Amino acid sequence: MSLAWLGVVPFLAYATAFLLLPAANVLVGAFRSNDGGYTLDNVRTLFEEPYRTAFKNSIEVSLVTALIGGLFGLLMAYSAIREGTPRWIRGALTTFSGVAANFAGIPLAFAFIATFGILGVGTQAMTALGFNPYDHGFSLFTKTGIEIVYLYFQIPLMILVIAPAIDGLRREWREAASSLGASSWQFWRYVGVPILLPSLLSAMVLLFGNAFAAYATAYGLTSGGVGLVPITIGFFLSGDVLDNPHLGQALAFGMFVVLGLMMLAYIPLQRVSSRWMK
Amino acid sequence: MADVELKQLHRRFGEVIALAGIDLDIATGEFVSLLGPSGCGKTTALRLVAGFDRPTSGRVVIDGKDVTDVPPNSRDIGMVFQAYSLFPNMTAVRNVEFGLRVRKQHRADRNRRALELLDLVGLAQAADRYPHQLSGGMQQRVALARALAIEPRLLLLDEPLSALDAKVRVQLREEIRRIQLELGITTIYVTHDQEEALSISDRVAVMSGGRIEQIGPPAEMYGSPATPFVAEFIGTMNRLTATVADDGSIDYGGLRLRVEAARGLPRGERVLCLVRPETVEVVRANGTPADGALTGEVVSNTFLGSTSRLRVADESGARTLTADISTAQGIDLVVGTKVVASFPADSPRLLSLADQPVSPVPDPDGR
Amino acid sequence: MTPRRRIAPSAVVWLFLGAAYFLIPLAATLLFSLRDDQTAKCCTYANYSYILHDPDFWSTIRLSFVVALETIAITVVLLVPTVYWVHLKVPRLRPLIGFLALVPFVVAPIILVVGLLDVYRGTPEWFYAQPYGFLAVVYVVLAFPFMYFSLDTGFRSIDVHTLTEASQSLGAGWPTTLWRVILPNIKAAALAGSFLTLAIVMGEFTIASLSQFNTFSVYVQYINQNKTYPAGAITMLAFGITWAAMLALLAVGRGQQAPITEGEK
Repeated sequence: MSLAWLGVVPFLAYATAFLLLPAANVLVGAFRSNDGGYTLDNVRTLFEEPYRTAFKNSIEVSLVTALIGGLFGLLMAYSAIREGTPRWIRGALTTFSGVAANFAGIPLAFAFIATFGILGVGTQAMTALGFNPYDHGFSLFTKTGIEIVYLYFQIPLMILVIAPAIDGLRREWREAASSLGASSWQFWRYVGVPILLPSLLSAMVLLFGNAFAAYATAYGLTSGGVGLVPITIGFFLSGDVLDNPHLGQALAFGMFVVLGLMMLAYIPLQRVSSRWMK
Repeated sequence: MADVELKQLHRRFGEVIALAGIDLDIATGEFVSLLGPSGCGKTTALRLVAGFDRPTSGRVVIDGKDVTDVPPNSRDIGMVFQAYSLFPNMTAVRNVEFGLRVRKQHRADRNRRALELLDLVGLAQAADRYPHQLSGGMQQRVALARALAIEPRLLLLDEPLSALDAKVRVQLREEIRRIQLELGITTIYVTHDQEEALSISDRVAVMSGGRIEQIGPPAEMYGSPATPFVAEFIGTMNRLTATVADDGSIDYGGLRLRVEAARGLPRGERVLCLVRPETVEVVRANGTPADGALTGEVVSNTFLGSTSRLRVADESGARTLTADISTAQGIDLVVGTKVVASFPADSPRLLSLADQPVSPVPDPDGR
Repeated sequence: MTPRRRIAPSAVVWLFLGAAYFLIPLAATLLFSLRDDQTAKCCTYANYSYILHDPDFWSTIRLSFVVALETIAITVVLLVPTVYWVHLKVPRLRPLIGFLALVPFVVAPIILVVGLLDVYRGTPEWFYAQPYGFLAVVYVVLAFPFMYFSLDTGFRSIDVHTLTEASQSLGAGWPTTLWRVILPNIKAAALAGSFLTLAIVMGEFTIASLSQFNTFSVYVQYINQNKTYPAGAITMLAFGITWAAMLALLAVGRGQQAPITEGEK
């Protein structure tokens, strides 16, 4: 038995070298100071401006897109899967969701600039109808704009993740509830939603982490104009800020904490939902 | 309690005809089984009664009222599904309470009633367990309790025991019947297991290809099958293709056999002679050729417990008889033993094959 | 609840809104890509022509593609034997590996690149060497969760023990067993993981740009910032590449799935 462990050594070695070591570097580096000693100063600085706002923005954007993306993703997935909807719609939705979820990043940013940027097609169309959103304070290059763009990959991710859970809603439960006299609303209230809840929550947690960690889309959209944690880290790596790499590591550490908490919430939720879906 | 009338029910799915015109009257308090192989339409019929499906044509009448257009949650029926129907997010007692909760009963009342019913099905101690903590048999008991909690006027069961172990199946089916008799509730039971249907029903309806082939009390279905399909489906049966000879006998591949039922039938008519294996006698051949019996040798001897199933074939192998005899008798009649197989003249039934093609139905041996 | 014969009205509403939200930006991009750079009016192929004649387009796409192939190769060589071994000999380690597969979601690319650039500062030399230094090596980590879950599902659907024992009882050694018996049976899972990896690598921007390598994504961003209307063309091309990877993924998946039949009991 002890020799069998050797079989996974190559993999573990690789993971250690290129995943765990860099992670450890960030975790430790966050607490080091430029002269080689240990300090909490870097972490403390995270609570000051502009980092505090960066965290606030990131958390806000992630929360908003997780909730809205979760809700719309659920509605769309359910619409495609429920009875009465032609089968091909589900396949089309799943395929497109796979594409959209991967389309995230630089191309997506541009697609929205082409739509709602200052010279965007959508903007021009709306102006022709008499209402130019940019005259009314709207801009794609703000937090709100980022949220709108993020939904483009959050909703598909939700669809992909929640579809199996909706499938797991056995027809027998619906019919049993109906035979016992329950209306549609009563079914959802007492049976449907409670059963879906763990899956819903775990999916939204996933969406939160996904938005929080996103860099390319925000960068492509604003080139760093909006303060988000990943963008700020990017500044450190590009040498745009004062030479304190440990602060950059502290920022990464802060992200790590947020994402780690997300995982801690995700794993037990997954376990509960899989138990019920058996 | 209610009586149920199914009037000319048709159900078609695109090209496929699931029900080709079902007429059935069920009396109040009666236990009727719909029995048949997969695809015969029995579950389709049940779902039409429940309201989960609408017929292409025909009516469903419960207690004199046409409910064909009434949604399932207003039909006041209790339904037990094949499996997985308990709500996983609720304990057993909460599951049973569900129908009462929907009807806005007070918590104390519905809790009491739910516990009463769990007690009725023998699961009072499992009230606070979740479905995933219960065995298959226990889950189905809870499902039954849940269906009965709302005091429905009609109980529908869709193959409730199919997913369970053999021993549990026998136990549970007897309990279901016991409870049904105690409550006097009109019941429709769907199954593919003929032993199950015969043992607990007041009447059994054998279905095939979307039609009811025959309906009647279990004894009648077993002893007097009306069509080859029913004979084939219920119990094991010897099926001898023969022609009527004169004087109350038939010609089975050249062999003359005395059959009372052949009296009065036109000579030469093709018939299917149905003989139950338990009426067939097998004795060692003593050298003298026997009249009106099959002389041959034992081709197989299958141990079934208290009985043994013997197959006897003549030299050519074209004429065979299957016999169920006590193991004590059969223990000496090993494969290869020369024997004589016969049956009393009044035991077989004859079905006319005149207008029916002889279908190559597989030998019911070992069913 | 009687089965619906037709689609629910609310379903139509949501699906329509969804379709609109997802298709409008694509339509806008297409329109942009057909606009003339000087006059900002439709319709011309000039932007596509510009991109397709730009040597940087070809060099970066080739670069990214090569990186993708390398990533896939390393991932497959590393993971297939590992997952096979775990399923066969040390199933107790499955939860550990599964947990490690979730770590890249916590150590997001932006975090990973911070750690990488510090840990491997200076050594080894090829790490930071153009054209693509350590990219393939690191992308393996990004691809790892997708490839792992794909392979894990694949391995779970075949009876690893029986196949291996049958193969060995017939005289085959480990390499033969792996190559001729196991690999063909998890081909679909490996292919699915590979196409996902391809899509990920072609689209990866964070690590590439912050480590200053010129991948396809970096090129796209450059065009976005400097040339408005050709940016539409390159975005459409990038979209097309993702589509192609997904369709390939679907084709592989369909071959393995049994048809789902709906019938009445």
